[in-house]
Amino acid sequence: MELYQYTAHELRDLLTSRQVSALDVVDSVLARIDEVEDQVHAYITVASHPARDRAQQIDAQRAAGAGLPPLAGIPVAVKDNLCTAGLPTTCASRMLAERHVPIYDATVVARLQTAGAIILGKTNMDEFAMGSSTENSAFFPTRNPWHLDRVPGGTSGGSAAALAAGETILALGSDTGGSIRQPGSFCGVVGLKPTYGRVSRYGLVAYASSLDQVGPLARDVTDAALLLAVLSGHDPRDSTSVDAPVPDYSRSLRADVQGLRLGRPREYFGQAPGAARGAGLDPEVRAPVERAIEQLAGWGAEVVDVSLPHTEYAVAAFYLIAMAEASSNLARYDGLRYGYRAGDDGVALHELIARTRGQGFGAEVKRRIMLGTYALSAGYYDAYYDQAQRVRTLIKHDYDCAFELCDLLVSPVSPFPAFALGEKVADPLQMYLADVYTVTANLAGIPALSVPCGFSDAGLPVGLQLQGPLFSEELLLRVAYTFEQNTDHHRRRPPLGRRT
Amino acid sequence: MKIEVEQVEQIARLAHLALTEEEKAVYASQLSAILDYFAKLDEVDTAHVAPMSHPLALEIPLRPDESHISYPRESILANAPDREGDLFRVPVVIEQE
Repeated sequence: MELYQYTAHELRDLLTSRQVSALDVVDSVLARIDEVEDQVHAYITVASHPARDRAQQIDAQRAAGAGLPPLAGIPVAVKDNLCTAGLPTTCASRMLAERHVPIYDATVVARLQTAGAIILGKTNMDEFAMGSSTENSAFFPTRNPWHLDRVPGGTSGGSAAALAAGETILALGSDTGGSIRQPGSFCGVVGLKPTYGRVSRYGLVAYASSLDQVGPLARDVTDAALLLAVLSGHDPRDSTSVDAPVPDYSRSLRADVQGLRLGRPREYFGQAPGAARGAGLDPEVRAPVERAIEQLAGWGAEVVDVSLPHTEYAVAAFYLIAMAEASSNLARYDGLRYGYRAGDDGVALHELIARTRGQGFGAEVKRRIMLGTYALSAGYYDAYYDQAQRVRTLIKHDYDCAFELCDLLVSPVSPFPAFALGEKVADPLQMYLADVYTVTANLAGIPALSVPCGFSDAGLPVGLQLQGPLFSEELLLRVAYTFEQNTDHHRRRPPLGRRT
Repeated sequence: MKIEVEQVEQIARLAHLALTEEEKAVYASQLSAILDYFAKLDEVDTAHVAPMSHPLALEIPLRPDESHISYPRESILANAPDREGDLFRVPVVIEQE
């Protein structure tokens, strides 16, 4: 077995017992990137030289007998909407493809550095984290390592694909409406969206500030817990980060679901809620998810039927709020201080700004900015934005009621497995509707996790989603760990080698 | 909700987006379809429901009023599309009489 195939906790043991060096690990992963990246296209930037330099530093510290931090020598891929000092941060947009080399690290990146992790590079994504397939990247689409004609999911598709392909050991993503969990599900890796405020957003390029949250992607639950512990905690630079103690997430990993009440939201298992065109839950997703729930019941959990009655309004409420916040957040891109600037042939300032934005943003970003602008404009604010915020209250209330009857919710992540490249790009609304099972957790701020639970007939991974009350990450990790310890879906790897 | 090209132009003006004629036509039809779907929210009776703007009930924290050393001017200007000395260069904002 090659080093790039190991998990972070396995590598940590090998590094601690001096069987391998940090440079061995980095070189193994870089060689794997060289082998398969021309098929997967997971990275926008690979920072080979800085990564090797950093590995040598870590090895020098090890040789000097220094105590090593928790992720010492572990390579991590960072989604390209997280600021990295000295390393371009593009958000997969023409707007930031040039002249956007940040002068500071996002807090999560600084935490990784302090923990001894090695930043391998920046991963591909949907432009400004808007999309569900990583096809909205201004550079190139990322391919699903399990089936190269399929999408990896999105928007953290590069991070999820890099993990599945062995092109990194750990990865960071961001999740505004499912952007960690859905690519996790499509690529067969673990993805966790923490409680809103658990992880600092400082240095995360803002899309929808009341929904965005940074979180870990990993090849097993133990690694996800390890990474979450490094990322979590209060940050004075993010006034929405929560000043609450960070539990030792690794200690929550015990294989025991005895007596836990798992709520099965009935709206998630029928006709896809909110679907205008009869798209239901794909039987190829339903089967492994139902089997996973039966298995958890077999190990001592109790399955409870619950209802989340406003689920059918979730997609509309979510997109209105996300687009409204986006139209405000993306107003900062004017081509004056950094990034793209349109050709300047003596036009007035306002015209230069409009041209810069018209040329610098891709189709989906402009669509969302316009819808958000419309929803916030005079005469439409009450009908759209205010109504969406009221429905958000009802969705939160649905969860509050459900969590009186159960400890956490079990469900699919996506109505279908990874779809073909190009299949949904022509119909934006169809793409939005696919997010129906994931957007509600962001609206309510609660944590949610995707863990591999099986495969479709075509061999595509399927994830099981766990959602819990605010700050219930330990519970989600424990249930996911129990599932993982008793199954072997997470051990399967896509058959991917050098193209011959 | 049928969105006409003229409305697309009005929205694009508010959003500071210069669009091509082709884009305006595509967005008119796509925005119409998406807004039709969003109108589904009208079905929900929210007369007695308060709007929720944020997932957590946070207090607005105040930081100590202390001075800090900022980033070096040169590193801030390094990303500038156009500059003149230590300044960002932009088109004329106010025309002279």
